[in-house]
Amino acid sequence: MPYLLILPGLTWLAVFFLIPIFTLGQVSLQEGTFAEGFRFTWHWQNYPDLVSRFGRLFVRSFGYAGIATLLAFLIGYPLAYAIAFRAGRYKNLFLFLVILPFFTSYLIRTLAWKIILADEGFVVAALQALRVLSEDGRLLATRTSVIGGIIYNFLPFMILPIYVSLEKIDKRLVEAAEDLYANSPRAFWKVVFPLSLPGVFAGSLLTFIPAAGDFVNAQLLGGPQQQMIGNVIQSRFLRVLDYPGAAAMSFVLMASILVAVALYARLFGTEELM
Amino acid sequence: MTEFEKIGTTRRAYTRRDFLKGMGVGALSVAASPLIAACARATEELAPTPEELALAGPLNFSNWPYYIDEQTNSDFESEFGVSVNYIEDINDNEEFFAVMQPLLSAGEDSGRDIIVLTDWMVSRFINLGWLDKLDKSNIPNAELLRDGMRNVAFDPNRDYSLPWQSGFTAIGYNPTLTGRKLTSLSEIFDPAFAGRVTMLSEMRDTLGLTMLGLGLDPSTATVEDAEAAVAKIKEHIDNGHIRRFTGNDYGTELTTGDAWVAYAWSGDVIQLQLDNPDLEWLFPEEGFMLWSDNMLIPKGAQHKATAEAYMDFVYRPEIQAQIENFVWFIPPVKHDLVKEEIAKIEETPGELSENPLIFPTEEDLANAHIFKPLDEDEEAQMIELFESVALDLY
Repeated sequence: MPYLLILPGLTWLAVFFLIPIFTLGQVSLQEGTFAEGFRFTWHWQNYPDLVSRFGRLFVRSFGYAGIATLLAFLIGYPLAYAIAFRAGRYKNLFLFLVILPFFTSYLIRTLAWKIILADEGFVVAALQALRVLSEDGRLLATRTSVIGGIIYNFLPFMILPIYVSLEKIDKRLVEAAEDLYANSPRAFWKVVFPLSLPGVFAGSLLTFIPAAGDFVNAQLLGGPQQQMIGNVIQSRFLRVLDYPGAAAMSFVLMASILVAVALYARLFGTEELM
Repeated sequence: MTEFEKIGTTRRAYTRRDFLKGMGVGALSVAASPLIAACARATEELAPTPEELALAGPLNFSNWPYYIDEQTNSDFESEFGVSVNYIEDINDNEEFFAVMQPLLSAGEDSGRDIIVLTDWMVSRFINLGWLDKLDKSNIPNAELLRDGMRNVAFDPNRDYSLPWQSGFTAIGYNPTLTGRKLTSLSEIFDPAFAGRVTMLSEMRDTLGLTMLGLGLDPSTATVEDAEAAVAKIKEHIDNGHIRRFTGNDYGTELTTGDAWVAYAWSGDVIQLQLDNPDLEWLFPEEGFMLWSDNMLIPKGAQHKATAEAYMDFVYRPEIQAQIENFVWFIPPVKHDLVKEEIAKIEETPGELSENPLIFPTEEDLANAHIFKPLDEDEEAQMIELFESVALDLY
């Protein structure tokens, strides 16, 4: 009987995940061109070919996503902490404000940044006045704006899981720590932070995984030297019509992310997830 | 039912008798409906008109955004009694190709009766056999097509396509920021403009203009020509001269002043000039690109005759003027006819009827180039080259 309850979920996964993955895998082993047609020939050569051509962009995408995740953590954790422990009756308001940008579309949020970070805009002017940027420096079409865009777009995904795990912590544990001669920072480090790790882990995954495959931020806020692996997959699929290549790269991306996540889980230790 | 059983029920139980009654009424209505329909048809058939018999609706029309005014579709609906289902779901030729490909390659109905695509994509659709031939007897106004557009390399007799609007690709720039007026394509590479130049992500537009700047002719482009253009572009990506490859979002950069010089499309620049009168259009002396978006009927379209009637309708000069008043690209219909009509409705006299971007002179058109229709091999090589350089992987 319990297995019948899993059936709808399992069917959904099978139809919308397993079958497409299988089809994609099949396409990645085809060879040919759009003009002459594609034939399934177990063409494993697609994989090394593409990794050698676009390997640099894989590294760049993981770099951008990694930095964005770290910075999102550094920005998001204090905010989540403040909302969970200090907001009092304004808790719901602040949570609403965190989610508010999501009421507009992803594309519009990113396009808005093109105007905010414009060379003649106040952000660049302020940074130039503070000597952070040089006289003719700019933010758009640089690594900074692409990573900034990724952080901005995925910040709520970092904040909300951390908030949830902080919220669950029994405040009396902190009191108990203080009774045992811990000062505030020590209580945080020994009690609160370890208990919030499941939220940090979830938030990092929810930020890193989509960020690694992102292409919108690089396309709108970046120049030719900031393109990510998502842009390459889009280019191969839509413009070059190299379906096997695009499929192979999607698999390599998925596999790399799985490896990265497995390593990350190792580092954090699986016990903390329970 | 006993009194006791009736307490708590608002109506009596559904019995076998009720069921049989229901079936009876149902059977009667099913039998009677053809009779009722026949009576209705009989009254209609008293006076059938050719349009009513031929025109099935609704007309499913997929187009690019901002490509039609607010009046034309309702005018068509009231005159022909067919509703127009107008959807602006085409944003990119290649993206739309990806949408159509699974349907049309399997021989299925695409759900659309008219689609509008750029010349080179029309060429691909024709080669793949995905279009229905136009029945010109239903489109008498096709005769009003501009002479220069009657015979095009990708569709010599206009069997499959009729242009919707045309436009130029050349340079939009801000003379206040560049410090001077520009005259030539090679000036886009002036080191003073480092980091202030954007190019288009559309291969034929960017390679075409770059080729012209190098003295090559895009209408006879070879793969070697493409390599030369790509090398030139690469040089300027490496030294940071080219800021970005854009879709039509170069408008934001030109407006904020982040870009001083952009490869741009004519109609967009006219619209941008409204907000920012500093911006100017340049017809470079080496030449520039001309493209058209064309109305097509995909294979298996359900309402072909209606689609043809629509094409005939929009080719009426007064309807062209109406569309032109909003769209500001180059009309496909003979220009003297459209100019006459548009002079009647334009708000400022001469604003549109004297605008060389809407009604280009013969001289301008002589300098305009259409990118050579490519065979599959050449197209594959050129797109591979261009995409590599745009992704900084060349």
